[in-house]
Amino acid sequence: MWWKYLTGAAMAGVIVAAFMLPAPQIQIGDASRIFFFHVPAALAGFVAFVVAAVYGAVYLKTRNLVADRRAAASAEVGLTFSTIALISGAIFANVTWGVFWNWDPRETTLLAVLLVYAAYFALRQAVGHPSTRARLSAVYILLGGVAAPFLFFVLPRMYVSLHPRDTLVSGGGEFAMTLPVGLTFGAAMVTYVLLYLWLFQLADRAGRIKEELDYQREHVL
Amino acid sequence: MPNGRSSWAGRILALLAKDLRAEYRTRYAVSAVFLFALTTLAAVSFSLGAGGLPAHYLSVLFWVILFFSALSGLAQSFVKEAETKTAVTLKLAASDDVVFFGKWTFNLALMLGLEIVLIPLFLIFLNAQLARWSLFLSVVVLGSLGMVSATTLIAAVIAAAGVRGALFSVLSLPVLLPLLVPLVRVTEICFPGGAQGSGIPELRLLAGYAVVVMAGGWLLFPYVWRE
Amino acid sequence: MAYVAGQIGLTGGFTLTLDGVSKAYGRRRICLDVSLELKIGDRLAVVGPNGSGKTTFLKLLCGLLRPDHGVIHYTNDGVAEDRLTWYRFVGLVAPDLALYDELTALENLRFLSRVGGWPKADAELRSLLVEVGLEEREHDLVVTFSSGMKQRLKYAAALVKNPPLLLLDEPTANLDEAGVAMFGRMINTYRSRGICVMATNDPKEAELAERQIVMGR
Repeated sequence: MWWKYLTGAAMAGVIVAAFMLPAPQIQIGDASRIFFFHVPAALAGFVAFVVAAVYGAVYLKTRNLVADRRAAASAEVGLTFSTIALISGAIFANVTWGVFWNWDPRETTLLAVLLVYAAYFALRQAVGHPSTRARLSAVYILLGGVAAPFLFFVLPRMYVSLHPRDTLVSGGGEFAMTLPVGLTFGAAMVTYVLLYLWLFQLADRAGRIKEELDYQREHVL
Repeated sequence: MPNGRSSWAGRILALLAKDLRAEYRTRYAVSAVFLFALTTLAAVSFSLGAGGLPAHYLSVLFWVILFFSALSGLAQSFVKEAETKTAVTLKLAASDDVVFFGKWTFNLALMLGLEIVLIPLFLIFLNAQLARWSLFLSVVVLGSLGMVSATTLIAAVIAAAGVRGALFSVLSLPVLLPLLVPLVRVTEICFPGGAQGSGIPELRLLAGYAVVVMAGGWLLFPYVWRE
Repeated sequence: MAYVAGQIGLTGGFTLTLDGVSKAYGRRRICLDVSLELKIGDRLAVVGPNGSGKTTFLKLLCGLLRPDHGVIHYTNDGVAEDRLTWYRFVGLVAPDLALYDELTALENLRFLSRVGGWPKADAELRSLLVEVGLEEREHDLVVTFSSGMKQRLKYAAALVKNPPLLLLDEPTANLDEAGVAMFGRMINTYRSRGICVMATNDPKEAELAERQIVMGR
């Protein structure tokens, strides 16, 4: 519980710092502030994907429907974060380079993850029987998990990309990774993941309540 | 050999032979696939074919036609078994591995058959030439392996879900998108006037994808096929 | 001796055990805490009104469905078999199952014997067709068969592997008098060959078994 207050405070801090600090990238200017929001959102989207896939695997092993409920909850939150990341990325691309979409490998991978999420829910929608739905959606997200991230690590190595270079890896370059910027960015990453956890808990609880309601509806009324 | 256990390959071939024989007699999948391919090709050629098209147009058109034609027929291997209730028979007749690889091989045969017909027609109808044949053929084969590996599992998923065609495309595209992007880029290299490059990194990527997705499909298949 | 698929006569070591098996389909409870053991020579009838879960129970027995609780064991000469290999031990005749319409009767049997890895010579497959009374139609496509003939072919298909466990869901559905007689013969032969479990509404059929399980409220 306490960590939720911490998350709230940290998020407030991140937002303030993001706008108060000098812009991380001098050439682009203020638009580069999106760095503090777009990247952590994408990270949260990927973390959510991994969690959903793990819960899917847990379901396949244990056949406990709670695992399936959690997989769906994580996917729901992940879909939201991935959408935020995609839209913020597109806005940034338009402001900086004049086009919304470039098909560069990172954008494409994020899109692929988003599409897997969407397809995951389409599949769940189409199957009525709970255990069949759980089993098939777990398999699908695991297959998606095998195909999509595989390319996240491979494609970027192969193509020249307009995407700002990954300064955390190469260290230096175009981004002025000063200490305040680095701290704020690190805090943003952690805060977003904590926010994901919070929302995941909420989604899971909502799922459980819905199950209760459905049960009551069928058995009591 | 009446009392020996036949080999794994023999069993897979038995399933492949059955599927090919059934397909030969009914021609369901083949008709859907070829009709789609030829119609799309005709439409494209009609509107764009007259002048020579740039390499990147040719590349993307080729893969769009191939992908969507294949998608119209690749689900059939499992969906038909589920719909006609022969899936139960098959579940009690063969092991999971045999079923997965048998269906995989059938789907591969379908795709390669489509490509053998489509490639020459594509070149003819769009007045195109290939500058690099061996690279092109390698790309097509590797791309087909990857595509078939992913779609065989997904076909089993939708057959188990009891739903039809549209969901198959919805589920396949996110998984195949990572394949489509490098395919289009490296095919462009094969046409005259296209981007330059050896194509080797892309080939490695395609091979890697095919291996990983086939392994993943094989491991996940029993969870789809069996309750 | 341990059973090996496709070989006749070596079925003595096979046992089917249920241990606390429960299954529910959504709101409907199919069975609760069922325990029983079946050995070669046993015949079990699963009776109950329509919709009481007889088919579901049979599907549990052959591994097509999983129990919610409890365990089912296939023991072959003391060795427990993994669920993924159960298909080798079971022959199923049921309305939920179909054979390949676009193949002939003989092609269906040939396929089933080869894909499972117990390929049989055509002569043996033909004698199976004779046993079920379909010898005239070996080269006819199954799509041309009447429902009674399809039922007979299902018996032949189930027997291709000489299974120690024969599951029959509505055994005489669509069968004429001669077909019913064939079924009667089959049941009697299974005394020495294996375990026979049949799900039926018909009390006459149920009488052919020594033991009964009653499904339903």
